[in-house]
Amino acid sequence: MKIRIRFTKHGAVRYIGHLDVMRYFQKCIRRAHVNVSYTGGYSPHQVMTFASPLGVGMESEGEYMDIGIDDEHPDTGAILNALNEASVPGIRIRSVKILPEDAGNAMASVYASEYEITFFEDKKADCPDKDKLSGLIDMMLSSEKCIYHKETKKTSRDIDLKEFIYDLRMEDTEEPVVRMTINSSSSDSIKPVFVMEYLMNLADIKLPDNALKIIRLDMFTQGENGELISLEDVGI
Amino acid sequence: MSSDGLFLSNDILMSVEKPERYIGNEVNSCIKDPDSVRVRFIMCFPDVYEIGMSHLGIQILYDMFNSFDDVWCERVYSPWIDLDKIMREKHIPLFSLESQRPVKEADFLGITIQYEMCYTNILQILDLSGIPMESKDRTEEDPIVIGGGPCTYNPEPIADFFDIFYIGEGETRYRELLDLYEKMKDEGKTREEFLIEAGKINGLYVPRFYEPSYNDDGTLKDFRPVVDGLPLKVRKEVVKDLDDTYYPKKPVVPYIRCIQDRVVLEIMRGCIRGCRFCQAGELYRPVRERSVEKLLDTVYQMLDSTGYEEVSLSSLSSSDYTHLPELLDNLIVECEKRKVNITLPSLRIDAFSLDVMNKVEDIKKTSVTFAPEAGSQRLRNVINKGLTEEDILSGSAQAISGGWTKFKFYFMLGHPFENDDDILGIGDLANKVAAEFFEMVPRDKRVNGPISITVSTSFFVPKPFTAFQWAPQCTTDEFIRKAYVCRKGISEQLNQKRIHYNWHDADTSVIEALLARGDRKVAAVIKKVYEKGGIYDAWSDQYKHERWIEALDECGLGLDFYAFRERKDDELFPWDFIDIGVSKAFLLKEYKKAARGEITSNCRAGCSGCGAAAFGAGICPGAYKKT
Ligand code: SF4
Repeated sequence: MKIRIRFTKHGAVRYIGHLDVMRYFQKCIRRAHVNVSYTGGYSPHQVMTFASPLGVGMESEGEYMDIGIDDEHPDTGAILNALNEASVPGIRIRSVKILPEDAGNAMASVYASEYEITFFEDKKADCPDKDKLSGLIDMMLSSEKCIYHKETKKTSRDIDLKEFIYDLRMEDTEEPVVRMTINSSSSDSIKPVFVMEYLMNLADIKLPDNALKIIRLDMFTQGENGELISLEDVGI
Repeated sequence: MSSDGLFLSNDILMSVEKPERYIGNEVNSCIKDPDSVRVRFIMCFPDVYEIGMSHLGIQILYDMFNSFDDVWCERVYSPWIDLDKIMREKHIPLFSLESQRPVKEADFLGITIQYEMCYTNILQILDLSGIPMESKDRTEEDPIVIGGGPCTYNPEPIADFFDIFYIGEGETRYRELLDLYEKMKDEGKTREEFLIEAGKINGLYVPRFYEPSYNDDGTLKDFRPVVDGLPLKVRKEVVKDLDDTYYPKKPVVPYIRCIQDRVVLEIMRGCIRGCRFCQAGELYRPVRERSVEKLLDTVYQMLDSTGYEEVSLSSLSSSDYTHLPELLDNLIVECEKRKVNITLPSLRIDAFSLDVMNKVEDIKKTSVTFAPEAGSQRLRNVINKGLTEEDILSGSAQAISGGWTKFKFYFMLGHPFENDDDILGIGDLANKVAAEFFEMVPRDKRVNGPISITVSTSFFVPKPFTAFQWAPQCTTDEFIRKAYVCRKGISEQLNQKRIHYNWHDADTSVIEALLARGDRKVAAVIKKVYEKGGIYDAWSDQYKHERWIEALDECGLGLDFYAFRERKDDELFPWDFIDIGVSKAFLLKEYKKAARGEITSNCRAGCSGCGAAAFGAGICPGAYKKT
């Protein structure tokens, strides 16, 4: 039996890297006395899979992990409470759901992520204001191709960002708030900063280092007809 | 302060390696309202977070202090060199992890001093905190800087940097010190007045009120207090009953992987053996055990509160813990249920320990460890290491028949009275173990591969309060020659291909000796090294030997005097004013016995009257007295 856990990450704990978040949950699950399944052998490991890793420094409303449970009828409400009790304030469990037998695991099924992006207070002066940014987004949406030079440690190549963006818009707020849903599958994906760099580039502005306050809002899998389904809604 | 309540800005946290070192907020870390406490105490381990967080002593004191309603205890560690550089450039003061406020705002800064090579990091901590490095320059605005830990048994080289040293085990006197502090603060007394009164508490030493004088040859002539009412001798503090004291039931759980990424259970303090090179064996006498009942109760609470998947037992010599079988029986059963791994401390290899290892570890992955420390029986008698060649070979034979193929051997080079034959004995011994394997295991039965033996040697550093405190240390050249003799000895063995040899760096060993047996004059050297940019000297990639050699030169001091010289029997040592229970007369007798290759029995086989019985604790009252 597998359950899917949705959790949030805010505040100081956003500086904790992905591997350490995994280690954190291994201990948190023990503190909460959740009846997790283990692999065999001399040093048994918890049966646990995480969805796409969150970059250091980012916050999130929608992180996911699937864990195995040695219980045919787990009390998901009790597990949620126990985990929250055993967790630090910056990491909260939002939901615990039972995964259907045929559901893909959290890592394999991630297709897209939704982000909310604002500028940090001390960098605002060097970033475009709301109107300007709105205009840039319109420009981007109306152009056919948006070629971005993607550089990783191993490769560097040109990609068309439009193939990876499913939604991009300004929120109706006083301060500039950008929302985007982009591909984050394990095979081929982009990062929110690519889109922001591209936008600023259109206005010849260089994005200052560490200017973006990024919150991942949710992660999605792809339904039969190509629709996006929140990973949370896969569970029951 | 950033929006997350952190002291460092997002820009800085995103630009340093492992920002998790600086954010606090760990599970079980203690947050209090600063307005609700009377004393803010910051505990410091002057090395990087992952090292400092692994230290049990701080966890014990952190738990103790925070159990006091009127005290908030926080932690701080050395910023790594990347952040160190930024803090200097941008004039950012050092801050504590819990409150994320400057260290300088605290009432006390307690620094645990576990090894000599961290001395420059102590200056880093003070400097970055904006606290004057020398006690005499501090004002009412500065925290009281207090040092503890094994290096404070010769505090003289760092005496100038501390207001108080706490000599001995921390559990006993802090409450008294804090009460005194609160009372004198209420009475509006000065820092100086407080320090004088603090110096009257047993175990506490306030260095600025003591003065040394020297003979023409540079040795110590006299050492005494210059303020009325302070004791001539400072006696170490000892916890008499380890079942009736503090132990952290909820240790802080770091996010990043630390050196000790597990529950650490201290089963006893002290050691019954009297290895003549070993300082810890003398400092922590008499040996005191915790009861199985208390330990089990504690360990399960710790596992529950931390979620650790591993537990390890800690002590100087766990095989000597009298109730080890009983403790392990219970622990193994319960940990299997909880899916918790047990890592064993280095146990003496025999039928019992191999059986236990077989139960808790994967034979293919783990190795069997021996620490004979010397290659020949003659030299093992000199150092009083009660381990014979027969013990080793029968242990290794049992391990081989149990299926183990990886063996580790630890030795020290440069012991007093060592000659080349003793060194050649190292290769001999390793070869004998390899030969055992090839005789015992036929070719077609070598399922785990052939035997692999790792021999590691470190260099001997004479330490205060050991039988060898009078002994000369080898020069760097002599050390390196010895390592070559050892390597050659190994390479001439029949089974040399199965033996892998590595040795520790010689440069740091002589500097360690300088700092271990130094006097107050050495403080100037440490300060100079720090001013030349020296920090993290305990890290081989950061250590620069030239800095120390230059600084010694500039101060007109030399290693000939501090490291390579044999001391006269009646020389007054800088640390003689500290009373650890074990008498100087006993240690001198041990040094003479070492020269003759005579052994001394361990405390359990018979008390040899070392002097620690004065504490009336642990093994001493019931020990068999030889006539
Ligand atoms: S007094 Fe005797 S029993 Fe006690 S520590 Fe010393 S030698 Fe051991």
